[in-house]
Parts: sequence; structure tokens; C-alpha cells
Amino acid sequence: MTIFTPTTSSEVLSSVAWAVAQASPLEILGHGSKRGIGRPLQTEHTLDLSKLAGVTLYEPAELVLSAKAGTPLAEVERLLAENGQQLAFEPMDYAPLLNGEPGNGTIGGVLAANLSGPRRLKAGAARDHILGINVVSGRGEAFKSGGRVVKNVTGYDLSKLMANSWGTLAVFTDVIFKVLPAAETEVTLAIRGLLDDAAASAMALALGSSAEVSSAAHLPERIAARVAGGALGSDAATLLRVEGFGPSVAYRIAALKTLLGKAGPLEEISGEASRLIWQDVRDIRPFADGREKPVWRVSMTPTQGHQMVLTLRMQAAVSAFYDWQGGLVWLRMEEGDPEAALLRGLLRKHGGGHATLVRAAPAHRAALPVFEPQAPALAALSQRLKQEFDPKNILNPGRMA
Amino acid sequence: MSGLAMPKPDDATMRRRDEIVADMRIIVPGEGVVDAANAMRAFESDGLTAYRQLPLVVVLPETVAQVSRVLKYCNDRNIRVVPRGSGTSLSGGALPLEDAVLLVMSRFNRILAIDFPNRIVAAQPGVTNLGITTAVEQEGFYYAPDPSSQIACSIGGNVAENSGGVHCLKYGLTANNVLGIEMVLMNGEVVRLGGSHLDAEGYDLLGVMTGSEGLLGVVTEVTVRILKKPETARALLIGFPTSEQGGQCVADIIGAGIIPGGMEMMDRPAIHAAEDFVHAGYPLDVEALLIVELDGPVVEVDHLITAVEAIAIGNGSTTCRISQSEQERLSFWAGRKAAFPAVGRISPDYYCMDGTIPRKELPRVLAGMRELSEKYGLGVANVFHAGDGNLHPLILYDANVPGELDKAESFGADILRLCVKVGGVLTGEHGVGVEKRDLMPEMFNQVDLDQQMRVKCAFDPNHLLNPGKVFPQLRRCAELGRMHVHRGEVAFPDIPRF
Repeated sequence: MTIFTPTTSSEVLSSVAWAVAQASPLEILGHGSKRGIGRPLQTEHTLDLSKLAGVTLYEPAELVLSAKAGTPLAEVERLLAENGQQLAFEPMDYAPLLNGEPGNGTIGGVLAANLSGPRRLKAGAARDHILGINVVSGRGEAFKSGGRVVKNVTGYDLSKLMANSWGTLAVFTDVIFKVLPAAETEVTLAIRGLLDDAAASAMALALGSSAEVSSAAHLPERIAARVAGGALGSDAATLLRVEGFGPSVAYRIAALKTLLGKAGPLEEISGEASRLIWQDVRDIRPFADGREKPVWRVSMTPTQGHQMVLTLRMQAAVSAFYDWQGGLVWLRMEEGDPEAALLRGLLRKHGGGHATLVRAAPAHRAALPVFEPQAPALAALSQRLKQEFDPKNILNPGRMA
Repeated sequence: MSGLAMPKPDDATMRRRDEIVADMRIIVPGEGVVDAANAMRAFESDGLTAYRQLPLVVVLPETVAQVSRVLKYCNDRNIRVVPRGSGTSLSGGALPLEDAVLLVMSRFNRILAIDFPNRIVAAQPGVTNLGITTAVEQEGFYYAPDPSSQIACSIGGNVAENSGGVHCLKYGLTANNVLGIEMVLMNGEVVRLGGSHLDAEGYDLLGVMTGSEGLLGVVTEVTVRILKKPETARALLIGFPTSEQGGQCVADIIGAGIIPGGMEMMDRPAIHAAEDFVHAGYPLDVEALLIVELDGPVVEVDHLITAVEAIAIGNGSTTCRISQSEQERLSFWAGRKAAFPAVGRISPDYYCMDGTIPRKELPRVLAGMRELSEKYGLGVANVFHAGDGNLHPLILYDANVPGELDKAESFGADILRLCVKVGGVLTGEHGVGVEKRDLMPEMFNQVDLDQQMRVKCAFDPNHLLNPGKVFPQLRRCAELGRMHVHRGEVAFPDIPRF
């Protein structure tokens, strides 16, 4: 067992070239904060990118930041915050759910897992903000795609292809992201005590207004108590976040109050309290219980989310909460069985989407498709792409299988 | 580029034209097959009109099954296919090939579903960009990406080109607003990517398809996100004595945390041409004119107008007008929106470029353009999506003067080389097509280009879909398949440990 810890992109290249020559697969690792996601790997060697670190370019006025792939996300976010900027897609941290150390994770891992957060609804995910990459393919070829400008259609967007590829197509050496100003003010409007279906209607109403709601989540009764140290109490909370300049936020919150006044009791939460709530929603704190009960991440049509959960409950004991206006469903399977076939069958009946088993015992992850299985023609196409970039199956083999 | 080399027509296909036309009529009955030269003339070029070519035959399918059968038929017989939407590409993406079926998607013109609670619209690819907004505006919604050809360009074409527009700084490009597509591969297989949910379950093939210029598949359905229209919009019209000051003002606006709905700049020649044409009231004694549009709730717009005005004055603006009515706002835009036809009035022909640069390099690039303008003896006017650094230099020439088109193209190529040299790219929103195809090596080395071609090989291994576009040189997929690293070539006596 060898652990490669390259500090330069050319060392990454020679590590991969060596693995290709030996036909010996590598596990591609940053901080390992998401190592528990995907089919468990059985590679002899590891390529540890945590020493390939450092922000190489940051020009706030140009809205661009370039960093080596192993740069800690926390370092990037700190630097941006010092300049009043942020990664607008709000990359989540899986550590609380996976019993890891919060605050870890690399900027390369952000792209590899296509991370996002509650603001995904308005601002997109990592895929929407990646501008350019330097990578080494599973053929041992170093190449680039994209650039450092925010508007670019020169050639295929291979940067997006790398989003959500979980280290199976290429090893990233540099990533270039678009960055944006952080909002001056944020206020969350909480509607209390709604059942799931009433919450879905309220969120659709709010998102269909011109209040520019940036995040919309619903924490059912009791789940609400598990964010922000219990600050919300245990009544169900339907949360609408409004961000921007002070006068605008005040105006839009007032407009939402008028719009939703009849939906239920309203509470206004601002500043740090609001930030803490959204951070915990983002990081799935309600299910960060230190245990191994299976947890699913389901992306689907927003208004279908609670309906699918209702049907699922007739056949399995689940806890659920909703982000992205109901289109992101976090599910904890209380009886320990992932119920993959049941869940995915229901998902297809409720408008489709994808379910990823983000937490499960290794035995479950080895036996079940962790990522949503694709239709045959699409699966074959994805496989052909994998073949093109990693024909010897050197990079994280089987992780997405 | 005038000596543009397109793939050599395939003799076998050319010889079998009658048989292919007859077979197309079986697959697409009725009026859907056009083979008479005079009728095909309407399809001989797209928005890059310097290039014209009649196709083998024009086919206008109406159903996904027909698209699938046409592609499978062509794939099985090694016949090339060029897909076309509305034909508004500015880079020759829909330029026909002599031996290729031109697959025109204009009959796919229906809105399939409108879902306000989920804020999505599903449409066939031939629906125009503006047609989507038209379908939902009675409820106060719109589709945000707004390429200037939006009245004519199709949503399928927008996916192929990853179209932008004036508002994309704040609201994103096509790639950021499309949730799903259905597409047909060259082998006839129908594939769905995404849907009415967010993100992909596996590799982000939707992201790859967006901007792939019709080389990977034919889009047969598009699902987009719609947005509620902002309550109001107001604009500032700001003049500066130098382009440096204009550029710094843009940087300071963004530095203040403001992302305007639109931020456009024009240089002196463009200002004068536009003012002569539409009399928008533009100041004529400035070197740079900036239009900043702010949209959102009235209180927000008022708040930001004040902030932007202060930033403009701080950067030495010599004029700063703030729109007081919708009519005045539109008058600010009138000149900018008419910039292309306005330039068309002062020059018999013009050639529109599309590079993107890091914004801070604007003064250097403008200076470089002035030098090139003298060198080639051709004028140039600039309009500029200032927020995202996307330049549209308009090179003035006269196609009737022998050699001027060639000169204009060489001038344009030099401008794009300059963009790449300062850290920018060849194309911000118009696409590579045939126009910038041979400049790709300015930005990418052969290994970089090979990776893009590998994607092509996974989708269309026989290079039958829209060949001759994007890639300067077609390499057979089998040739690309060879591994560059072989056992023994890598000298690692010991396992490296860094």
C-alpha cells in the first residue's frame, strides 16, 4: 500500500502515470470528508491531494478564484469572507452526518461531489460556478478546460463533466471558480406549525412571488428542534430566506408576510440566528446522530417531495425534512433497511429524479447502487465516457457503480 | 478563414442522393423533405452569412421517432447530419455540408407543459426563446437568458450554443437555467438528461450537452426554469472621458457587492454610430459610455441607483443620467440595442467578434485593437458586456472591395489572439462553429483538444453529427484511443512517494 502525496501537478501526473503503467488503481482523496459516500473502494494505493494546496489567483473585482485542488474549502471561504465575497452555491459539509470532523473538505472535493446548499434553488450548485479546470485523466494525460473568465463557450464544458464525477474520470489539480458578493443582510421568515402539504403550498407561493426567496426549507415537527441548538423549538418550521441589501430585504420580508399571513403564525429570524439555522439545514444536522441508520438524499420535482414521503410512510418508518422548496428530500430510514427498491420505485412514480444513499453501513453500500441507476442508453453513454477518460479503470474504480 | 476547409464530401453518399431522399420521404412523410435546390436555398447559411452551402437534402421531422429514425438511418449508412434550429448562429454552427442531411427542428414548435408551482416550462426545441416568456408572462413570469436574437432563436439552439444575453451576469447562461433535456444520439437512441429536478444522478451530461454546438446529439425537448419578473427596472447612462475610468467604475460597482441586471459599455465609434442612427441622446464627447440597469423591488433599485451614481462620480464620469420613466430607460437601451444595425449604416459590411477578457485588461485590449485597426486599415467599433468581460468588436469592411473580407477576418483573428493572450477566451457566447474552429489551438494544446474529442467519441464515434465544426482537425476515435503512457516508458525504478 502506497500513499502518494503530491505537492505539484506534475507529481500528480507522474503518480497517475505510474498507476496506469502498473494497471494499479488509486483511491483519489482530498481530506476524506466524503469518503463514506459511494461504493467502498478496495484499491491498494491512495493519491492524497491534501498537500496540493493553495489559492493561486484571487481577483475580487473579476469575480474569480483559482486554487489547487487540495486547498481546504475553509481557507477559500475565509479568504472570500475577508473580501465580502462567497461561493454563492453554499457548499455543504457532510461531516456531521458521516461522523467526521466538521470544517474539513477540499475545494476539489466540492467539484467532485458537485456540492451545493440551501441557496441551490436560486444560485445553482458547484457545476454552475466552475469556470475552468486543470486535471490528469485516467490515461495519465494532463489537460485543461474552460478558463478564468465568467463567460466562455469555447469548446465543450469539461469542467461541468467533472462535477459529480467523484474522482472517477480525472484527478483535479487546479479548479477555477466564479465567486460572488456575499449578501449584506439576511432574514428568514418562519411559518410555524404547518403539515408537509401546507408547507409545500406555502413554499410554492413564496417562490412564485417576486420576493426573490433564496432558500426554502421545511422542518417537520420535532425535526425543527434539531437545528441551531434547539433555537426554533420543536414546532414544524417552514423557512424562507431572503438576502440582499437591507432596505430590499425589509421590503421583501414585508411582502412575504402579506402573502403568507394566513398560512400560519410567522416569525422573523435575522442575522447570525438565521445563518446558523441554514448552516444546520445545509449540513443535515437533524440526522447527525452519530449512528449508521441509512440516510438518503433525494432530488425531485419540488411539489412532489412530500407526496412521495407520504406514500413511503405507508410502507416504511422514515424521518424526513425538505430543502429546495421540497425538491431536496433528506430521508432517514428508521428501521435500518435502506429500502432502495421501494424508494426508487416511488420516486419514478412521483415525477422522477435521483436518490443517493449518502449514509449507510459499508455492507449496504457494497450491495446496493448508492447512486441512482440510469436508464440503459444513458448508463451505456456514461460508461463510454468513463472508458474514454479512464480506460484502465484506475481512478476510484467502482465508486459510482 | 475564407479558405475554410470543410470535410471532403463522401462520394458514396453523393452518388446515392436520390435513394437517400426517397428514404427520408418514407421516414418523414408529407412536406417534411425538401430537395429542390431553389427551396433549399433558404437553409444554405445561418447568421454567419459569409459562408453558404446547399445541403444534400433538408429534412424537417415532426416527432421524436422520426428524428431517431433519421439519425439511425444515417448512422447505419455513414451519412453526415447537420442539425439546425432557427439558423441564427453567428459562428456557422448550422452551416450545411454538401453531403449531409440538414435536420431542421423548426416543426418542434409546441410548449409541452407549464408548471407554475415548480416554475418550469417544458418545450419542444423549435419554440423560440421569447416564445417561452410569451407563454408564461400573463402570470408575471419570464425566461431569463435573453440573447439579442431571442425573437427568432430557438430554445434548442440556445442549448446547443449555451446562449447568454444582456442579463446573464445576474441570471446566468442557458446552462444555469435548463433543468432537463431529451435528446437523440446519432445511433438513434433517445436519452433523457435531468428533468424537473436539480442536478444529475451521475456525470453531468446536461452540462456537457449545453454548448456542444450540435455535435453530440439532437435535442428534442427542453425543460427550463422560469422566474418571476422583477417589480421594476431602472437604468443609468454614464459617460467617461477614458475607457480606463469606465472599466474602473464597473470594477467598483462589483466591488461594492452590486450585481446589476445588465451592464453594457460602448466605445466612441459605437456611441457615435448608435447616436446618429437612433438619436438616443447619447453624449458624443466621451470615450466610454456605460449603461447600468438595476432591477428588483423599487426600494432596492432606488437604493442601488444612488450607490452606482456615487461610484460613477467617484470615477470621474462626465455625464450621468438616471432613467425617470420606463420610456427613458428604454431610450437608454435603444442605442445599444441598435448598435449592430447602426454600424451597418456607416459601413457596407461588418464582422462581429465575441472574445471574453478579464475585465481589467480592457484598456490594453482596446489599445491593441486601435493598433490593429491601423495595421489593417479597417475601422472597429466596440460594444461590450462589461460585467462579464465579453467583447463584441464590430470590424467595418466592404465585401465588394477585393481582399477586404480576408483582411477583416485576419483582423478578427488577431483580436481573438489578443483576448487569449491577456487571459481571455475565443468566444463568450457565439460559439466556435466554423468561424473560430481554426483558432482553437490558440487556446488549447493538442492534448486538451483530444479530451474534447474523446467526449465526441463517446457520443458519436463516427464523427457523423455536424462534422467540420468546433474541432480544427478531426482525429479518428480509434487513433485517440491509444494510451499515451505505456509500461516501460515511465521511468519509476521505485514507487514514487512525494
